[in-house]
Amino acid sequence: MSAIDLVRLSKVYPGGVTALDGVELAIADGEFFALLGPSGCGKTTLLRTIAGLEEATGGAVLIGGDDVTALPPGRRDVAMVFQDYALFPHMTVTDNIAYPLRIRQVGGAERRAKAAGTAGELGLDALLERRPAQLSGGQQQRVALARAMACHPRAFLLDEPLSNLDARMRLEARTFLKRLQRELRITCVFVTHDQAEALALADRVAGMEDGRVRQVGTPAEVFRRPANTFVASFIGSTPMNLLEGEVREGGRVAVGPAEVPGGPGAGALAPGDPVVYGVRPEYLTYAGEPTGGAFSGEVTVVENLGSAQLVTLDGESGSIQVVVDEDTEVAPGTAAWAVPRPDRVLLYRDGALVP
Amino acid sequence: MSPRRFLAVIGRYTLICLLLAFFSLPLLWLAFAPFDRAPGVAASLPSFTLDNFRELLDNENALRSLRNSLVLAAGTGAIVVTLAALAAYALSRVRLPGRDALLYALLLLSSIVTGTAAMVPLFNLAYELDLIDSQLGVILVLSGGLLPSAVFILKDFTDATPRSYEESARVFGASPLQIVRHIVVPLIRPGLATIAVWSVAQVWGNFLIPFLLLRSPEKSPAAVVMYTFYTEGGQPDLALISTFSLLYSLPVVAMFLFVSSRYGFRFHGGIKH
Amino acid sequence: MATDAAGLGRGRAAAFVAPALLLIAAFLVFPALWTVYLGATDYQLTGLAAADPQVTGLDNVERALDEEEFTHSLGLTLQFVIGSAVLGQAVLGFAIAWLLRERGGALRRLVEGLVLLAWILPSSVVAFLWIALLDRDDGTLNSLLGTPGTAWLVEHPMASIIVFNIWRGTAFSMMLYAAALGTVSPTQLETARLAGASGWQQLRDVVFPAIRGHILTNLLLISLWTFNDFTPFLLTNGGPGDETEMIPVFIYKTAIFDGELGYGAALSVLMLLINLVIALVYVRLLRRRDRAPKRTAEVVKSP
Repeated sequence: MSAIDLVRLSKVYPGGVTALDGVELAIADGEFFALLGPSGCGKTTLLRTIAGLEEATGGAVLIGGDDVTALPPGRRDVAMVFQDYALFPHMTVTDNIAYPLRIRQVGGAERRAKAAGTAGELGLDALLERRPAQLSGGQQQRVALARAMACHPRAFLLDEPLSNLDARMRLEARTFLKRLQRELRITCVFVTHDQAEALALADRVAGMEDGRVRQVGTPAEVFRRPANTFVASFIGSTPMNLLEGEVREGGRVAVGPAEVPGGPGAGALAPGDPVVYGVRPEYLTYAGEPTGGAFSGEVTVVENLGSAQLVTLDGESGSIQVVVDEDTEVAPGTAAWAVPRPDRVLLYRDGALVP
Repeated sequence: MSPRRFLAVIGRYTLICLLLAFFSLPLLWLAFAPFDRAPGVAASLPSFTLDNFRELLDNENALRSLRNSLVLAAGTGAIVVTLAALAAYALSRVRLPGRDALLYALLLLSSIVTGTAAMVPLFNLAYELDLIDSQLGVILVLSGGLLPSAVFILKDFTDATPRSYEESARVFGASPLQIVRHIVVPLIRPGLATIAVWSVAQVWGNFLIPFLLLRSPEKSPAAVVMYTFYTEGGQPDLALISTFSLLYSLPVVAMFLFVSSRYGFRFHGGIKH
Repeated sequence: MATDAAGLGRGRAAAFVAPALLLIAAFLVFPALWTVYLGATDYQLTGLAAADPQVTGLDNVERALDEEEFTHSLGLTLQFVIGSAVLGQAVLGFAIAWLLRERGGALRRLVEGLVLLAWILPSSVVAFLWIALLDRDDGTLNSLLGTPGTAWLVEHPMASIIVFNIWRGTAFSMMLYAAALGTVSPTQLETARLAGASGWQQLRDVVFPAIRGHILTNLLLISLWTFNDFTPFLLTNGGPGDETEMIPVFIYKTAIFDGELGYGAALSVLMLLINLVIALVYVRLLRRRDRAPKRTAEVVKSP
């Protein structure tokens, strides 16, 4: 068993800065888990605290049910892949991969054989005698992964695993990483500031802000039903429209002059309650003619996204973004309407999702 | 090309030629005399011979002084590199109270307390510790003087290496000493080599400290023994002096070339003195 | 981040630092403090005062300032530092760096190599090279200038060692300025050239303001080193008479040769004070640069 449990984990730096504020997380055995948040939210500190590189000032870290809070990093039986991979520049690929075994005093011949085996699994056979500086970014990452695998740890900790790769390599590496994790069935925690990366890779995602976990859920859950406006604004490649509004009779919500469907949450609220009206640009339908139950405005910006276009409408309800398919002609300066899909509308009260 | 520009070019090359003459003139003698059958003090093309070197190799006095130089240089180099590396690493990675003030105080001190300014107390100290006429005394005194700059420079090198290497090794379970041995030392090897070469060169050429602290010629290094070649009355043995000078200079030049070709010549304020 | 990457811990860190500190304390800090104490006594190498030195307070310092010999020696030292370092090495070093700045290839390597060679050879060797060069009877200089019989080290001792020290030490200034010139923005120089600035105007308006820090660093360091240089002793022995008896040689002769350790120590204290003033200015400069994002002059790389 190598589940990871964090119990009211806190980290306060000597200067008084709180990096982690009572984090509670239960990461299941074999789960691919993402810690997502903007820089400075404490996600990297959390990962380093699991690794033992930072000492928790409160709470506990349990790996496979064992309390490892007081153990030094080398005794926790986890492997960490750093953002810059931290491949030792003076060692060959083989020596790098074999390094954990060298620490465990495995004999020279045996550890070279094992390193070569691991390298083979990751398609690194041809590179064994090279130095890290002679490898591409993607190859370096594989070597770092091979080194982490070599000691058969109970869990992988990955710090921004894809951020050092260029855009094209990143997609390839993403698929590779997910396949590797599936094959190894190893618990894997990774840190990222890129929501697309978190959604694509992870089984579950924890959105973090100011040292706290704001929501934990599957990618589908955090994408469809962000639990609060912070997660709502952070997840999604085009940010969710979040507009001030007020609940009206009949499950509708007034946003400026527009009166739009309030979605499933509206039933729980009384007319006159102030809410934040949330709808993703993908869940708005564009219309060139006046339509009921829609936002209206003037097209001010059209951004081409390839297979679609992102259209910004400025109107009395505020600034609203709509994703429009590639075939629709949209001209800046014209009047337009955006119709929300009722079942995808989310209402937030005091920052929290109305269920 | 305008006449003015032409004159500028002529002027520039004349200047460069004068510079070349000024800097090469004193060196000519060192290049020619060792190979001359009967060298004078004037630099002149030699009637070529290698006899002078053969004679030098039979001169036990001269060879012993080179060996002494080697002992002093190697001893000091080993102490300076080892102690400076340990101290620089700890100071770079652990925040000890008053670290920065300490570093600057040491640097300040090492530039103030030169061998020349402190020759009286150094002489006294060696006298009290019974280190007069002892090579160990010379090594310790020289090490003490070189260490602050060495620590300062090596700390620069360690500061420049990413911490993730060490953290990575630490997650794999390496102990602090293993990390130093496996990761830190290889990473800062250029720095270690620089410091080693620098301290060896310092000691190799140092005249004052051994001149001050050593009494017997059997223990004196080349720098001091050479000085006696041409001050002890009578005719100086020019063949011996020139050949010896060349042999004595070669290691420094070789080390210098090695460092500059291997690591790119990187020098720090105070690296020479 | 001041995290302890290798997990050293304070205890082990202190143990790592201790041996170096111990050696420095014993052979650098302690001698410095002892100098101050000795300087206030009438300690002698031999005789009555050797067995039982008396504290005489500032007597030694007063004696030094009263005595013709000390002020004479200080004056010579000043001539030597200003002549050979501040004027000689700094100006020549800059000139070489400026002449070679856009030049690559063999000529540059040759000039730099020769200048560096003068710097790295052991002092005993270069001292003898110059003795041979300046020899009265067969010296190369005399035969070159057609001035046979001129004993340069006797007739012009101060000028000789000043030229010697320029030859010996220009390398450092050259390298420092070469590195400094590399940091001068080429676009600024081009702007000046487009505006029609002459070579001298480019230097004055663009180059010097940009490398002011390097110039100051260089002047401080070479002054400090030249002030503490003992090599002239190898050429002239302080002579003829006391014509080149600069402070280091004066201290050596007083303390070690004549055995007046107390008085010699007092002279050393004066020397330490002068060093301190120069070094304090330098360290202040260094610290200011440290706070800036990048360190440059203190770790310079030759091109």
